[in-house]
Amino acid sequence: MTKSLIAIFTLVFVGKIRFRKLLRILDLITLKEAMKLPKEELVDFKKDLKKKIDEKKELNAYVGLEESGDGVPILVKDNIQVKDWSVTSGSGILQGYISPYDATVITNMRESGLSPFGRANMDEFAMGSSTESSFYGKTLNAHDSERVPGGSSGGSAAAVGAGVAIASLGSDTGGSIRQPAAFNGVVGLKPTYGRVSRYGLGAYGSSLDQIGPIAQNVEDTAILYDIISGYDSKDSTSAEMEYHPTAPNLNRDFKYRIAVIDNYIKDASPEIQKAYENTINLLQKMGHTIVHKNMTDAKYDISAYYITAMAEASSNLARYDGVRYGTRVSGENLKDTFIKSRSAGFGDEVKRRILIGNFVLSSGYYDAYYVKAQKVRYLIKQKYDEIFRDADMILSPVSPTLPFKFGEKKDPLQMYLSDIYTISVNLAGLPAISLPVEWSGGLPIGLQLIGKAFDEQTILNGAYGLESALN
Amino acid sequence: MDFEIVIGLEVHVQLNTETKLFCSCPTSFNERENSNTCPTCLALPGALPVINREAVHKAIQLGTAIDATVNKHSKFDRKNYFYPDSPSAYQISQFYQPIVENGYIDIEGKRVRVARAHLEADAGKNIHEPNYSKVDLNRAGTPLLEIVSEPDMRSSDEAIEYLKKLHSILRYIDISDANMQEGSFRCDANVSIRPKGDEKLYTRVEIKNINSFRFIQKAIDYEVERQVEAWEDGVYEDEVWQETRLYDANKNETRSMRGKEEAADYRYFPEPDLLEVEISDEALERYSKIPELPDQKAERFQNELKISEYDAKVISSSIELAHYFEDMILHGASAKGSITWLTVELLGRLNKQNLDISQSPIDSKKLCSLVKAIEDKTISGKAGKDVLDYLMENDISVDDAVEKLGLKQVNDDGAIISIIDEVMNSNMDKVEQYRGGKDKLFGFFVGQVMKASRGSANPNKVNELLKEKL
Ligand SMILES: [Zn+2]
Repeated sequence: MTKSLIAIFTLVFVGKIRFRKLLRILDLITLKEAMKLPKEELVDFKKDLKKKIDEKKELNAYVGLEESGDGVPILVKDNIQVKDWSVTSGSGILQGYISPYDATVITNMRESGLSPFGRANMDEFAMGSSTESSFYGKTLNAHDSERVPGGSSGGSAAAVGAGVAIASLGSDTGGSIRQPAAFNGVVGLKPTYGRVSRYGLGAYGSSLDQIGPIAQNVEDTAILYDIISGYDSKDSTSAEMEYHPTAPNLNRDFKYRIAVIDNYIKDASPEIQKAYENTINLLQKMGHTIVHKNMTDAKYDISAYYITAMAEASSNLARYDGVRYGTRVSGENLKDTFIKSRSAGFGDEVKRRILIGNFVLSSGYYDAYYVKAQKVRYLIKQKYDEIFRDADMILSPVSPTLPFKFGEKKDPLQMYLSDIYTISVNLAGLPAISLPVEWSGGLPIGLQLIGKAFDEQTILNGAYGLESALN
Repeated sequence: MDFEIVIGLEVHVQLNTETKLFCSCPTSFNERENSNTCPTCLALPGALPVINREAVHKAIQLGTAIDATVNKHSKFDRKNYFYPDSPSAYQISQFYQPIVENGYIDIEGKRVRVARAHLEADAGKNIHEPNYSKVDLNRAGTPLLEIVSEPDMRSSDEAIEYLKKLHSILRYIDISDANMQEGSFRCDANVSIRPKGDEKLYTRVEIKNINSFRFIQKAIDYEVERQVEAWEDGVYEDEVWQETRLYDANKNETRSMRGKEEAADYRYFPEPDLLEVEISDEALERYSKIPELPDQKAERFQNELKISEYDAKVISSSIELAHYFEDMILHGASAKGSITWLTVELLGRLNKQNLDISQSPIDSKKLCSLVKAIEDKTISGKAGKDVLDYLMENDISVDDAVEKLGLKQVNDDGAIISIIDEVMNSNMDKVEQYRGGKDKLFGFFVGQVMKASRGSANPNKVNELLKEKL
């Protein structure tokens, strides 16, 4: 590590300087700046970026350095289809698969002068909260090499956090954008379900998945979000409504009614609780009104979420059978080939979720699990509606803990519990933005602002104001 | 013991839409393997389905034709199973909330209830070679309408009647080619038996893989016999269980597909990639306007053309036949002549060659000319049959065929009188006998005159003139 870097980290430790300024010193331009660069300078910038990526190889945020197009380079999670790229969802079963088409978000990026650049590491098929389940091995946290970058979009967030990507695309099924963004000290937005086309996103839980941006600051997040959003006739669940761009309308001065969920915070670690309190105080100081609310116990969220996601996943992942593409291990007969290919191609966590998913859908259990989970989901939506009748947005932790150490959560249930603050947002299909608010022992703490469906502008405004106040 | 046969039918109809149910690939037949495919119907990662509204409209048309409820809200579900011809390993179908419910189809003296009709995507095809198998996904995603009857049929005859009527309706409203050989009309039969008078339903066995009306009848008859025998031998419980059996046309038997314990669990759940199918009032109104149906057409023929109920039903049993007939009437043939020459003479000849009306070498205009030639006495009815035989083999006009065969009927008095004179001169003895009171000889003279004219003389004229001369 160079002398200046050590100096910077020292500054961070003592809390004198915010992470965003750190990125500045590392000389990584923002997306907004990059989009203004003349062609030649962009070429130079990319050369430089590749060098930086190479220097930080041990981070393992990139699992491929594919390039496609000469626009502003955006890192893409390995489950978003880019034409002619090997897109593998971090899985062994998709090794060798070449995508013949662009996801709609990629098409949208290209039309705005952005180009997919490199594939980001992720938990296999987005199943995980630490990126440890990837076929490509673990990605390091941008700020502590002994800790996880979060997941499942761990590569996308760590790369931006470590200054080796201007911005990136992730996907969020139960917190997979927001939690790694929080763990790496960057901004991540999970848009409203239906806001961003899922066409070309390797499916995990189809009724929960959304693609979203991860960036260095709120404005960049809004810019990338505007570019990838909008109605897409190729995705039937895409919302057919007029799109109003958010970045040009960002306003840090609006005053809002912000709800805090009092019965939620008890499950968070002391550092998180403290950051939460500090942020509430700051928001009040800024002139926002805080309203106190309660939600149903998060344990119902966990059950409803995992039943829904695993049920959908068991069906979504059934296509990986070794017949048409990807890993095939020939067996004695058809059935044997299916079994051998899937046994060899999938990792343990994926197998676990497929098994549970098949179980909850099987005859005799369907009503007790899947149907009940959908009812809980409906109740959660109602609860949110109720809160939003009295508030513009909700402030909530993203993760109950600071980034944890590799191998710390060996028990899958413990890993599932790390999602308690993020999954209800997906169950209700709402937008939420995660942004860094504080540092604790060299590790970033992120909180999220949850908004009404299709009201990304409000949470972006809220986050923009908070970000300015923190700086 | 007397048994009652209980039959319910599930018919998979391929809709004749331009494109597939969930992508914009064409549905055309006989293309190079796997050429009509895209990321969606290949089930590549990330690809998504989008409903083809044309298929929804066709379902509305069927719902209207069978007087059913068309649900303004219906849903798609996933039916999960592994098989290479199903690339996503699930079929998108409508399990919980179908688009069409509670209709009926009337057959002779009976109303068969249709429980539901739902949209679903067809699978591809597996092509088995000795040491390996190939998969062709051109058909994968083709829209199907599965039409499910209640178990209302009590004989294989009724089952066939129902199927033929359904087939006819589909062709009338033109939502499917309904071609059994090409697989666009596929039937599964649910068959059970019960002692006469018993109201309870016993174990039903599903028979799959039957691709002609004849085989469906044979398959049902075989299965009924198997179940009755099992009952009579006291082994019904052991040999008849709820299962799927395949019909083997070569051996004329049904065979078990899988063991008793391996009942499939399809793990149905709502398809999260699709929204509810909504049908607007406008769409409902627009697609509820369907063409005249077989029964309506038959009634109209009866009333307008004063033909028998039987003839009207035969003529309207298929849209092709009805159109053929209507075309003959339009071009001036009489209803009676058209029916005889179409249903008896032409269809008889086509049947012998295993052709249906749409494959007839003689089109409606030609048959119409033939009927008119007979009706205006240009040729005799007997000569008409010879002309029809000739036209089956030769693509020429009716006039040319009559000319070629020398069958033009002679109506000219002078020509007939000269033949009569000839015949009388060479049979003077018989003329004497006739004049002496032997009336029976009249027939002899008619025969001789007809023979001398090589059948071309108008028989009525011959009769008339002979009476005068003798
Ligand atoms: Zn297709």
